[in-house]
Amino acid sequence: MTPNLPLVILVGVMVAAGVTLVLERSLTRILIGFVLIGNGVSVLFLVVSGPAGTAPIVGLSDEPMSDPLPQAMVLTAIVITLGVTAFGLALAYRAWQLTGHDDVQDDVEDDLIRRRAEQDETSVTFDEADAALPDEEGSDAPIEHREVHEVPATTVPEALDADHEDELP
Amino acid sequence: MNQIVLLPVILPLLGAGLCLAFGRSARAQRIISVAILALVVTVSAVLLYRADHYGPQTVNVGGWPADIGISLVADRLSALMLLVSTIVTLCVLLYSFGQGIVEFGRDAPLSVFHPTFLVLSAGVSNAFLSADLFNLFVGFEILLVSSYVLITLGGTGARVRSGTIYIVVSMISSVVFLVAIACVYAATGTVNFAALSGRIADLPPQVSNLLQLLLLTTFCIKAAVFPLSAWLPDSYPTAPAPVTAVFAGLLTKVGIYAIIRTQTLLFPDNDLRTLLLWAAAFTMVVGILGAVAQSDIKRILSFTLVSHIGYMLFGVALGSTAGLSGAIFYIAHHITVQTTLFLVAGLVEYRSSTTNLDKLGGLARAAPMLSVMFFIPAMNLAGIPPFSGFLGKLALVQAGVDDHRWLSYVTVAAAIVTSLLTLYAIAKVWNRAFWQPAEAEHEAGDDLGADSHGGSMHGRSGVSTKTERTSTWKVDDEQQQRLPLGMVVPTLMLVGCSIALTVVAGPLLDFTTRAADELQGRSSYIVAVLGGGG
Repeated sequence: MTPNLPLVILVGVMVAAGVTLVLERSLTRILIGFVLIGNGVSVLFLVVSGPAGTAPIVGLSDEPMSDPLPQAMVLTAIVITLGVTAFGLALAYRAWQLTGHDDVQDDVEDDLIRRRAEQDETSVTFDEADAALPDEEGSDAPIEHREVHEVPATTVPEALDADHEDELP
Repeated sequence: MNQIVLLPVILPLLGAGLCLAFGRSARAQRIISVAILALVVTVSAVLLYRADHYGPQTVNVGGWPADIGISLVADRLSALMLLVSTIVTLCVLLYSFGQGIVEFGRDAPLSVFHPTFLVLSAGVSNAFLSADLFNLFVGFEILLVSSYVLITLGGTGARVRSGTIYIVVSMISSVVFLVAIACVYAATGTVNFAALSGRIADLPPQVSNLLQLLLLTTFCIKAAVFPLSAWLPDSYPTAPAPVTAVFAGLLTKVGIYAIIRTQTLLFPDNDLRTLLLWAAAFTMVVGILGAVAQSDIKRILSFTLVSHIGYMLFGVALGSTAGLSGAIFYIAHHITVQTTLFLVAGLVEYRSSTTNLDKLGGLARAAPMLSVMFFIPAMNLAGIPPFSGFLGKLALVQAGVDDHRWLSYVTVAAAIVTSLLTLYAIAKVWNRAFWQPAEAEHEAGDDLGADSHGGSMHGRSGVSTKTERTSTWKVDDEQQQRLPLGMVVPTLMLVGCSIALTVVAGPLLDFTTRAADELQGRSSYIVAVLGGGG
């Protein structure tokens, strides 16, 4: 089978554009990207189905027929893409209703851990009492080094788990 | 008689339609969905028996021959997965009734929950039974789309946020799956598993490796295999407890099932075993390290879920009968145990209105029943003898040692370390939530400064947090919430199931060995699909 070059290029361009959009933060753009990729893949199925022929009805003509199976698949895929896109749009609308934008937010807990890591800060479950004990060699390292830094109130938003309005650095 | 293979897909879809028709009556919806799922459990049990005794059960939908139509096949692996998953689904559904009064209040979309749940069940069944790649894709889409609805149920801010990540990742993985299907069709001209198993062997190795990689990428995203697992712990914990439980139990396992099916049937001469072993080792270790760092029960459980996917992948990557058998056993064990733990986390949340370990405490005295329900599956998950978790891990480790390659030994070591760290993470939950006295008693009359107490390293300003916490506890003490029987009984049923898995472990391991033999033999499946049926 010789693939159809213009179609292959079209697939490449659509998927590339789609991937660029999917990497955005706004859900609406992600959805447009998803639709582009989805359509690109649908075109890929056209490439896969081989050269075009007559209508795939047995006994209609002696010419070679088109392969009907990829078309059946691509129809299913289009329907699924349609449904998922509709759901995604509803979700984006809901996110806009709730927060005024539809940007995908960072996870709150992960964000907390990342900030702690940046400040060389221990986790809540870290047992300070144990760490304060001298180690086997009777470490005489200055105590100040092990001291846990107080989180400056400004770096951690007050309402971290109530709403996610905080803008991230 | 073979027509009953259709029932696990058709019945839940029918039930979903009926539930929508009776959308106004919660009672009718409950009766319908329980009846339907109970029927599916029965059918799956019958299928398991027949698949074990009479070979793979096949049906060609609409009477079209297998290579152009759609066939459904129940062999030993599919039937076992189907039975375990439907039992778990049924228990979770019963649990959701008990919780229904609390979670799905008057304004919540009650009428949507049952139909969606049934559609999810239909999708899972379809994925387990499908005998071709495209039908597998459709099964995945059915279960994914219903899971989109379930994960954003109620449309609260947190659920929309975490649901968005889940949905976008799933959409992308579906598109990758479509690309894989297109490539497979272009290379071989068919998407039927049985037909593919012959034709892929004739392809040049570069092409078949490419196809294998594409399919593996897709399924690894769905199964949350490292490094494609970051979406899972982020998105699961915010959903309602029954939803998280059923997702944790089933969705990733469908991905693992797809990996087993394609690896054994399509790519028996596996060139990518080394890659898979590395992926398994990293999934285990990185996942469990995530669990250790967390301080919320649901998040810890999500991370252990990711981590234990590694065990199953390990068994598949070994490629030996013993490895496959261990992996299948481990899936059955892990579906029940992980679901139970998430249900228990739901009970904890119901009782204390939080699952944060910093705010929990003293549950062992306050709710001894709940503690037992947590303790048994938790020890099971960590792999303490004599539970099924230990037996599954033992089977996998033995298979790994028998492989006699250095990488297998490395992975065995990773598996053992992961098991120990799981015990650590679980023990942390047990100590802090169940044994340690509650924060309110703990801090009563204690006026130590914010910096001298471990709990104050919470990252917020100490004083306001403390008052907030004590007030939460006062409310709880006054209420002394009794757990509703409707939530406890299904959880107990699942705890019973996980103990039952331990009791029947011998026969079950024999069965999984037969299933693994069947998978490796391949011929009975191919003959059943292409030769028989019709």
